[in-house]
Amino acid sequence: MPPPSLWPIGFAVGIACLLVGLVLSWVVTGVGAALAAVFALLWVRDLTREVSGAAPHVEPERRAAAEEEEAEAAAEPKAKAYPRSVFLEGATLGLGGVIGGLVTVPVLGFTVLPSFTNQKDHDIELGPLSEFTEGEFVIATYMEDPAEGEVTRRTVFVRNNGRLKGQPSFTIMFSRCVHLGCPVQPNGPIFEERAKKLDNGKQTVELRPSQPAGFGCPCHGGQYDTEGNRTAGPPVRALDRLEFSIRDGKLWIGKHFSVGHVEGTGADARIKKYGLMTPGVHVDGIEAWLYPIGVPH
Amino acid sequence: MAPRKSTRRQKLEEAALYPLDWVEERSGIVGGVKYFLFRNVPRDISWPQTLGSATLTAFIVQTVTGVILAMYYKPDPNSAYESIQHITHDLTLGWLVRGMHRWGASVFIILMFFHMARVFLYGSYKYPRELTWIVGVVLLVLGMLEGFTGYLLPWDNTAYWATVVGINLNGTAPFLGPFIAQFLSGGASIGADTLAKWYSLHMLIVPGAIIGLITLHLWLVIRLGVSSPPWSKDAAGTERPPAEPGGREGLVRPAPRGSEDD
Repeated sequence: MPPPSLWPIGFAVGIACLLVGLVLSWVVTGVGAALAAVFALLWVRDLTREVSGAAPHVEPERRAAAEEEEAEAAAEPKAKAYPRSVFLEGATLGLGGVIGGLVTVPVLGFTVLPSFTNQKDHDIELGPLSEFTEGEFVIATYMEDPAEGEVTRRTVFVRNNGRLKGQPSFTIMFSRCVHLGCPVQPNGPIFEERAKKLDNGKQTVELRPSQPAGFGCPCHGGQYDTEGNRTAGPPVRALDRLEFSIRDGKLWIGKHFSVGHVEGTGADARIKKYGLMTPGVHVDGIEAWLYPIGVPH
Repeated sequence: MAPRKSTRRQKLEEAALYPLDWVEERSGIVGGVKYFLFRNVPRDISWPQTLGSATLTAFIVQTVTGVILAMYYKPDPNSAYESIQHITHDLTLGWLVRGMHRWGASVFIILMFFHMARVFLYGSYKYPRELTWIVGVVLLVLGMLEGFTGYLLPWDNTAYWATVVGINLNGTAPFLGPFIAQFLSGGASIGADTLAKWYSLHMLIVPGAIIGLITLHLWLVIRLGVSSPPWSKDAAGTERPPAEPGGREGLVRPAPRGSEDD
């Protein structure tokens, strides 16, 4: 019998890796298969060493009959150096750790990762350009993801700025307050009699014209002007905005982005644009150093 | 001198206690309960020292009512609000159990603060009870997390916007804040999965942690004993005077006594 070896453990790890890989990815499967193959080879080589002819290395047995006591005394510290119980203890803890890790890591990943992956802005059709009178705000509410339903209902304030160098210009501000995320309201009349519900095939978008002097948040009193700049209260930056596109004479909204400050008004406004950040988070100034890493959206 | 018991009474007692003895012999649980309930405490403790068990009672009420509410609540954005209306208005005594859970939440938090104030003012957090205090602080945070996560579940406008504000408050923490916020809302903003996630946090993860830590907290209290008030005249570590003969010793029959009864 060949002496016990660690190769079967490596082989088992390889098989486990292969099985996990079948669920996770082909790369892991490949690594597992390679591990299993290598360790299987080593194991087999180890087992067949006697048959294959190589002289097995055998520890010479020491059994000096004359100096039995001495031999025992000599053997004792050697036995203490690595007794069976220590090996079993280590193996139990080690294998337990490996199994625990194999179970815990995917579960932890599933706990955390879904909140950060596959977060995409959906492009949404708001309506034909004729619905957006130049110089007037339109409150548009829509569902970000009609499949998820009402829970994704959002509101944006859209203003047609006319044309800039022949190109259409729109100001589209997200109603989420950049203090702590409450819904910002227009400070001014809403023309309910001119409100419209447009079905774009995927969902019904509601458009309500309004003439606000600015925007205000009901929660903690943050106030913004018509460009989204803070005029009073606790907000730390200007209102977030959305990119837009025009397809077949219809206005589509796209990605959200954060805004530090807006200089100028309407089509001539100059915007300091940043990646979308959580409300309450500074995007410029010294405080922005506290938030060096943006969240993937 | 304890009054002498009649033979009939003795036999009756024996029959009643037999199952307890059976359990005790096999598990030692009765002895454990005795050890927990019949501890030595300083002679000058009073009502303020009951705030801890009052808090525990409030938590048990929350657990029981919460488990029952979970039988009727639906953690889905389209039906959560209706299911709570159903509990409150249609189901017999649903209003009472929901009310107990809702107001009991405040009672639990308030009692935790009173308990903490007592421990602080009496100096009971000092050596060797620092770890008990630390575990208690973690329990306070977890208790408030329970309040925070439970607040979303009615899924009305107050719940929704208060949670939006709460999530974004977490989002303003330096460096990791935005990540915490996005984890809590389960995406860039509150979506279809958020409610179920918070429900799971509220009824499984956080309560599980609380139960584990309460066990540890209690074990520390039992192991270290209750501290004397600061004005106590008894020197610390005073041994209790020996129990009076025939005095009550606990749940199970006292060990057979010697000749003093005869």
